[in-house]
Amino acid sequence: MLAHEIRARVARGEVSPLEVAQAYLKRVQELDPGLGAFLSLNERLLEEAEAVDPGLPLAGLVVAVKDNIATRGLRTTAGSRLLENFVPPYEATAVARLKALGALVLGKTNLDEFGMGSSTEHSAFFPTKNPFDPDRVPGGSSGGSAAALAADLAPLALGSDTGGSVRQPAAFCGVYGLKPTYGRVSRFGLIAYASSLDQIGPMARSVRDLALLMDAVAGPDPLDATSLDLPPRFQEALEGPLPPLRLGVVREALAGNSPGVERALEEALKVFRELGLSVREVSWPSLPQALAAYYILAPAEASSNLARYDGTLYGRRAEGEEVEGMMEATRALFGLEVKRRVLVGTFVLSSGYYEAYYGRAQAFRRRLKAEAQALFREVDLLLLPTTPHPAFPFGARRDPLAMYREDLYTVGANLTGLPALSFPAGFEGHLPVGLQLLAPWGEDERLLRAALAFEEATARAHLKAPLGEAL
Amino acid sequence: MYEAVIGLEVHLHLKTRTKMFCGCRADYFGAEPNTHTCPVCLGLPGALPVPNRVAVEHGLRLALALGAEVPERLVFHRKNYFYPDLPKNYQISQYDLPLGRGGSLPLGERRVRIKRLHLEEDAGKSLHLEGRTLLDLNRAGSPLIELVTEPDLKTPEEARLFLQRIQALVQTLGISDASPEEGKLRADVNVSVRRVGEPLGTKVEIKNLNSFKSVQRALEYEIRRQTEILRRGEKVKQATMGFEEGSGKTYPMRTKEEEADYRYFPEPDLPPVVIPRDWLEEVRRSLPELPWEKEARYRALGIKEKDAEVLAYTPSLARFLDQALPLGLASPQALANWLLADVAGLLHERGLRLEETRLSPEGLARLVGLFERGEVTSRVAKSLLPEVLEGQDPEALVRERGLKVVADEGALKALVAEAIAAMPEAAESVRQGKVKALDALVGQVMRKTRGQARPDLVRRLLLEALGVG
Repeated sequence: MLAHEIRARVARGEVSPLEVAQAYLKRVQELDPGLGAFLSLNERLLEEAEAVDPGLPLAGLVVAVKDNIATRGLRTTAGSRLLENFVPPYEATAVARLKALGALVLGKTNLDEFGMGSSTEHSAFFPTKNPFDPDRVPGGSSGGSAAALAADLAPLALGSDTGGSVRQPAAFCGVYGLKPTYGRVSRFGLIAYASSLDQIGPMARSVRDLALLMDAVAGPDPLDATSLDLPPRFQEALEGPLPPLRLGVVREALAGNSPGVERALEEALKVFRELGLSVREVSWPSLPQALAAYYILAPAEASSNLARYDGTLYGRRAEGEEVEGMMEATRALFGLEVKRRVLVGTFVLSSGYYEAYYGRAQAFRRRLKAEAQALFREVDLLLLPTTPHPAFPFGARRDPLAMYREDLYTVGANLTGLPALSFPAGFEGHLPVGLQLLAPWGEDERLLRAALAFEEATARAHLKAPLGEAL
Repeated sequence: MYEAVIGLEVHLHLKTRTKMFCGCRADYFGAEPNTHTCPVCLGLPGALPVPNRVAVEHGLRLALALGAEVPERLVFHRKNYFYPDLPKNYQISQYDLPLGRGGSLPLGERRVRIKRLHLEEDAGKSLHLEGRTLLDLNRAGSPLIELVTEPDLKTPEEARLFLQRIQALVQTLGISDASPEEGKLRADVNVSVRRVGEPLGTKVEIKNLNSFKSVQRALEYEIRRQTEILRRGEKVKQATMGFEEGSGKTYPMRTKEEEADYRYFPEPDLPPVVIPRDWLEEVRRSLPELPWEKEARYRALGIKEKDAEVLAYTPSLARFLDQALPLGLASPQALANWLLADVAGLLHERGLRLEETRLSPEGLARLVGLFERGEVTSRVAKSLLPEVLEGQDPEALVRERGLKVVADEGALKALVAEAIAAMPEAAESVRQGKVKALDALVGQVMRKTRGQARPDLVRRLLLEALGVG
């Protein structure tokens, strides 16, 4: 059952918040040992479900929260040994808003350490399996959240997206994932990987569920200076007919895609045309180089953001000679991929190299943004695949550069701050394929409106529950 | 002949209710360690900074007072370095778009040029105890302004004077207590020595000087050290030094090769702070009279140069004087004399600050006025000061105690003559040495003056008139 359907039943008194929580908890206990979507469960869930006011707008919904989003009193590890016992004394704004509306945290989901990876293979704890194929990755870094949704271990999930970490796993697991306009969802409580790119993103199994989540979590937050003063109007935006939007297909993302992705793209264009959208091919010339700029800027910020995990104040502390030795030994506990990015980031910010790397990447970022702005004078939405191919098998991306290429189509939205939505659009064999829509700055609602039209036109044909449903 | 070239970096704690980027109260001085902290200033994962508008406005005040140029957008940068009392292992500071550039501070006839001003957060404190290091993070994240001068200072005394001037300025602006003893004013100095007329020598930085006296002593020592090196024909090595209060010596902390690479980059958690020009103008209009403007005004009022300078740069005295002057009860110079000599002396003696007493500007002005009009003698006026300091009305004291001088000695002499004529027996007794008989004569004169003559004066005049004493 979809989240908005559960809500309707709770509102009618046909099912209680406690019954919903029990059903999901039971399912997690049965299925998650084989999947590894969760790193920890909310041990007070049933207690909280019993106490929740059923009149609240999200009462009866449980949410899987990516484990780099702070939950008060609930261990938050960011998938790292450094924080394996860290229990935040504060709540991320997104979580606080969900709770205030009656939703409950079901548990914390697996991820690549600090969000650095595209498969959950870089989790310090264990990899998560793709519910569509246990030999394949669920994508990452929000792989735990995506897998939890695909297996219906939770009706709603929160992920975070720095270079594609919500959208790529959503595509690999056949669910919806939104990377909102930078600043629409408060980052307060989101453990930073690359602050200028990070966004908390909602994940769900339908557009309406996504809208429900966004209306709850988005909006300005005095605790985040980068949050935008744009109140969310997602469910409202889904009402009424689809306007005759102009859709641009990004030429630079048309080559080198797997057959299933190509087919999904063709079919989607057909559907959108039938829905009254005008379709044309457009060029975003700098997009192919976005990956290179991303892998300078994101590590640069990461090298600074992760400096605090040194064993001094909180988290794991390793023994070492003097303070420096303790810090070094503690930081040696980072996983290989984190170390790689911290080293790269430290290098590109070093005096003598700053202009050649960080400075140029920033200039590129401005150009990429200017190009996107120009494109959005011609079209209202951009369409491109989320990934060039469906989920890959475990161990298939041992070369770090091969893993980085997973983000080829997704980093553009992060570098420009634009909203982007991955929606289920077909299958390649038994594996889901996702496509991506981008909208102008602050027009996140438009993405959902178009995706809802697609979802309805295709009668949810692309939504499957490979392991059955909880309710 | 050798000369020193000195530049200063001054760190001032801004007077705000909360810290620079979080809601923790900034008045942690004397508080239990780690009680003024929160996820933001502890650098806990996921916590984010939000700039303190009052701190920015305080910064603007200083920038405008010094005549610095303020950009339309302030950009914060991260300064990355590892240190246990820096919770995030980076400091949010400013780099290439600081709060202010340029400007100057008058120092005598010269102006010391200001290179830049920027806002930043302070670090915590490490306490080293018996081989263990303890951290107190109450100070972490408190708002600081850093002011960097051009190398325009020439002597240790000048450096100290500059610091006192900056202290007076920020206290006048109300943006900082600037009390070195609370760590609210700290300075790093850059100093090099050269032969007069030659290009600049190699500079040495001395860090973390926390009193005006340390600045002066460290500079004196370091200038001597560098001069000796140059005299021997050797070269000064660029280095960062510390200063040991006990020995009065500087010692090397690190050489140039060991300098950290701070890897500055724009702080992604903080969008640029836009400074609309109308805000800037509003701040400019709200600036109080600045010390050098005060000094000019005092001099125009006829206060002596040196006095005008000291008063203008001592904010508590200036504030007091500015309340006393408009009352028109005493002349500016007399008030200045009293404030700088008698009041200052008494405060020093009692270890009090002016604002800790109940001395009112009106009280002092009335006292000085009494003296100036010759209604009480200097000695009486001074003897009344302690009570006036405790809030008593000097005129009431004079009245109650009959301390008012009958100023006209001629009139008193007439009364004396009248009394002698009226009491010939008493007069005769006094002439014959019975001094006790004088009391009756004094009493007679006092009655005639209704108690407003000073008895000792009357006594002296009587004795003179009677040819005794």
